[in-house]
Amino acid sequence: MNAIRTSLCVALVSAWLVGCGSSVKLDDAAPVVDAKPNPAGGAGAAGANRAGTGQSSVTTVDASKIDPLAAGNLGRVVYFDYDSYALKDEFRPLIEGYARALSSAKTKKMVVEGHTDERGGREYNLALGQRRAEAVAKSLVLLGASDGQIEAVSFGKERPAVDGHDEAAWAKNRRAELKER
Amino acid sequence: MVIPPETQHGPSRRRWLAGALAVGALHTVARAQFRVEISGVGATQLPVGVTKFRDEDKSGQSISGIVRADFERSGVFRIVDSNGDFDETSRPNYPEWRGRGADALVAGSAARMADGRFDVRYKLWDVVKGVDLGGQAFAVVTADLRLTAHRVADAVYEKLTGDKGVFSTRIAYVTRVANRYTLRITDADGEGGQVALNSTQPIISPAWSPDGKSLAYVSFESGKAVVWSQDVLSGDRRAIANFRGSNSAPTWSPDGSTLAVTLSRDGISQIYLMDPSGGNLRRITQSSAIDTEPVFTPDGKQIYFVSDRGGSPQVYRVGTGGGNAERVTFSGNYNISPALSPDGRTMAYVNRNGAEFKVMTLDLGGGSVRTVSDTTDDESPSFAPNGKLIIYATRAQGRDVLMTTTLDGRIRTRLLSSGVDVREPIWGPFGR
Repeated sequence: MNAIRTSLCVALVSAWLVGCGSSVKLDDAAPVVDAKPNPAGGAGAAGANRAGTGQSSVTTVDASKIDPLAAGNLGRVVYFDYDSYALKDEFRPLIEGYARALSSAKTKKMVVEGHTDERGGREYNLALGQRRAEAVAKSLVLLGASDGQIEAVSFGKERPAVDGHDEAAWAKNRRAELKER
Repeated sequence: MVIPPETQHGPSRRRWLAGALAVGALHTVARAQFRVEISGVGATQLPVGVTKFRDEDKSGQSISGIVRADFERSGVFRIVDSNGDFDETSRPNYPEWRGRGADALVAGSAARMADGRFDVRYKLWDVVKGVDLGGQAFAVVTADLRLTAHRVADAVYEKLTGDKGVFSTRIAYVTRVANRYTLRITDADGEGGQVALNSTQPIISPAWSPDGKSLAYVSFESGKAVVWSQDVLSGDRRAIANFRGSNSAPTWSPDGSTLAVTLSRDGISQIYLMDPSGGNLRRITQSSAIDTEPVFTPDGKQIYFVSDRGGSPQVYRVGTGGGNAERVTFSGNYNISPALSPDGRTMAYVNRNGAEFKVMTLDLGGGSVRTVSDTTDDESPSFAPNGKLIIYATRAQGRDVLMTTTLDGRIRTRLLSSGVDVREPIWGPFGR
């Protein structure tokens, strides 16, 4: 969903009046004709011009009622490579989204839960999961959240998302989950 | 250990050898909760007769049966034909017992006393020399009959081998069935199990206090890793480490005055010391890496721990006052879960080689490394308090099981529990 939305945004930026948030540069030429509503129409979509009541009207989209931290809206799981706690580029938009949401709502709190796959000792994996969660938490803080809004915890290998003893299962278990508190 | 000289057995020697060969194959003893499989026994075992204790049927416990099972499980003894009515006052017919192939004989009784307790007595004879080696008497309540049988086994074991027995010690471990976890305490033979904690969330890293009265453990019941300390007898417990982030890996100092734990409260997993109540917190590792799995040396002066400060997890040691840490493991690129023998000379740990996780031992004096496991998915080794056995968790036939092994890896027992995954074993101390 995230990837589809991103590519739709890219497509729209080049041809349409845009509503895809911070990826828009202020000096991009915005064509006036052929303005069409954003066909993705997701809950997180910012304002889009709508045809109907003349060329000057603006329709407001009220984003204040949308909870950006709701699961499924931004995606809430970051996946990791084996023995690694490095944040991969593909999850950067997800983390940026949460950081913005936290930054604009200072009373919101989140927990980041780190996990590992089943291989290895329980305590070392608990610490590895913790390191993954801390990496995500640190990124959130760097991108605008406050330290006190986030707690990083770990379940090590104790709570796999997927049962299985192969790389397909392991890859789905090496993760950090972001949850609203 | 009393090893039978070959010349003394005559016609029974063939029977003794046949017995030894039979035990060399897989020997299964069925029990209520655990199935014990003994394999890889050494070539020589001490043949012992253990006769039915007079009146033990009336006591409700097969005292002689528990003693025989303890001896068989140790791999050190072999039970000979023990039929007959004897007790601690008998005068053994030594030639008859030599004819049965016995080197030693245990007989006893369990008489009910007027106050409802039981008077359990035993005597031990050296059959080869034809000598009475003495015995003991215990006055115990019904609930302690199992424990008393184990104490008899310990006393005989020590008399015949010179080593302290661990039959009357306890182990704690975690079971998991679907989403139900228990922290369970059993006798060292897996029997007499009692539940210390029931949970729908994971429990890991149980640790006995040196006096055997408390268990510390990590519970996820509140949604993250928190260290608890629980009185075994009363069930009273308190959360002693519940800081920001994860709290885990509790372990007691040998004098019981201090706990070491792993805390992530400063943003990274590091090792801290605290009082048993959770106060007086002080950080003793200062790295920017993962430092975890602390364990005290028997003299209480150093802590061994796991760190990946060098790029991959290895075992290090540091003085309990903190300071520079010294690396201890050098073979392989993944060494975790250190456990120290009671004499401080041997470290058991888990090494990962490719996809295989194996319990190894390191001679801390000489540096030699030895493989003691024949499985490939091992976790959490723990020494018996006599230093002669290691218990650990592993995976066999799709189940999590517990294994014990002698330090040379030659005698192993597998404790299976049907339908239940068992993990995280920790051997309790002497002195129950």
